[in-house]
Amino acid sequence: MKYRVLIGKPGLDGHDRGAKFIARALRDAGFEVIYTGIRRTPAEIAAAAVQEDVAAVGLSSMSGAHLRLFPAVVDALAQAGADDIPVLGGGIIPAEDVETMRKAGIREIFTPGTPVDTIIAAFTEACKMQRDRENNEG
Amino acid sequence: MKGDPTVDRLLRHLHGGDPRALARAITLVEDQQPEAAGLLAGLDQKRIEDVLVLGLTGPPGAGKSTLTGALITALRKQKYRVGIIAIDPSSPISGGALLGDRIRMMEHALDWEVVVRSMATRGRLGGLCASAGAAARIMAASGCRVVILETVGIGQSEMDIVRLADLTALVLAPGFGDDIQAMKAGILEVADLLVVNKADQPGAGKLQLEMATVFTDPKEREERICATVANEGTGVAILLDRIFTLEGEFRSNGQLHARRKRSFQLETLDWAVEIVKADLREKLKTTTFTSTEPRQAAMEMVSRSGECI
Ligand SMILES: Nc1nc2c(ncn2[C@@H]2O[C@H](COP(=O)(O)OP(=O)(O)O)[C@@H](O)[C@H]2O)c(=O)[nH]1
Ligand SMILES: [Mg+2]
Repeated sequence: MKYRVLIGKPGLDGHDRGAKFIARALRDAGFEVIYTGIRRTPAEIAAAAVQEDVAAVGLSSMSGAHLRLFPAVVDALAQAGADDIPVLGGGIIPAEDVETMRKAGIREIFTPGTPVDTIIAAFTEACKMQRDRENNEG
Repeated sequence: MKGDPTVDRLLRHLHGGDPRALARAITLVEDQQPEAAGLLAGLDQKRIEDVLVLGLTGPPGAGKSTLTGALITALRKQKYRVGIIAIDPSSPISGGALLGDRIRMMEHALDWEVVVRSMATRGRLGGLCASAGAAARIMAASGCRVVILETVGIGQSEMDIVRLADLTALVLAPGFGDDIQAMKAGILEVADLLVVNKADQPGAGKLQLEMATVFTDPKEREERICATVANEGTGVAILLDRIFTLEGEFRSNGQLHARRKRSFQLETLDWAVEIVKADLREKLKTTTFTSTEPRQAAMEMVSRSGECI
């Protein structure tokens, strides 16, 4: 089974190197990656995630706004009736923020230096759980 | 199958336009889940009858996604619900895909009356035809008046996908798709309309003149070629007008009916091949062959005498 994921870049900064790097790495690991480009609002990311029926959403932030933006995406997904879709995030995120982010509903946080294999494994696991859950629900 | 409560619920929700149900339904079909057959059989046939499936094809970079975005804007002005299926190739090595067509349509991201779905070819063009065709019908059943099918059209096989469309526009731009322009004679076999996009760029006039030679009838030459600047929306209202006019013609002269019949056959064949392939794969595991020659062994397998070929 193919896993479909969305890679989004919320916020105003235009640094999408990290997002693109992860998008390509996931593609090369066999994922179908929907890339939505830079400067997306949380609501836009959530709407795209719903329409594309992705099994997971990955977010990238380089601007330090992750504390506000990542939870905002989680909220936007809930608003769009998709609070079950797992959200993972990475970028320039200090280690001390990890716990806060997890509490806000972000499934995994990748701090700088996380090996790409770890990131891919986390996406695989998140997607697998999501699809299993959906199949059980029918 | 029919009467399956999950499928019934999904059908009810997607006919009501529910975005998640619609998206789930497409995934079921794309992943060839067992529920797919019953689901597809339960779709609103009247809406499927009324939809226009518009194929947009052309070389990468010609502006298909940008033009799709501009067409969405024009269609939304007329209050139509629109579906978009944007197809890109899967990587032959990893089987993964990077699908970025949505980027050019993000201005409609918060409009739930615009349904965008990205699809990867998954290395099987036949199966893709089947999933893309089914996805278009699911979108139609959810109330879309027009479904745009964006595909990269360079080779013959990609053109197969275009056969799923009721009407096809070939999108060209100066400097893009010189190989397609070289096969001028074949263009009319795949395209009803020729769009010269990037009309703001040098070489557009020349390209338009070249394309004009494809048509012998001056009236057709006038009506079947459109110049656009997709990122500014220029020429898009006229293009849409031509599209709807042509749709009307095709509906009244039986052309649309004939094309749907052809695409029904194409899709049915694709499914039949998929199904038989799975059966054969199973059979292969247990068969002992008398011949060591693959072609003859294949004949044995499907119990046919090799002589009839
Ligand atoms: N100058 C100009 N650029 C355009 C036009 N239409 C699209 N583009 C640009 O061409 C590039 C490729 O467009 P895209 O829609 O992604 O092409 P596709 O690969 O055919 O889907 C983008 O950078 C667009 O902004 C146009 O009419 N004029
Ligand atoms: Mg495109």
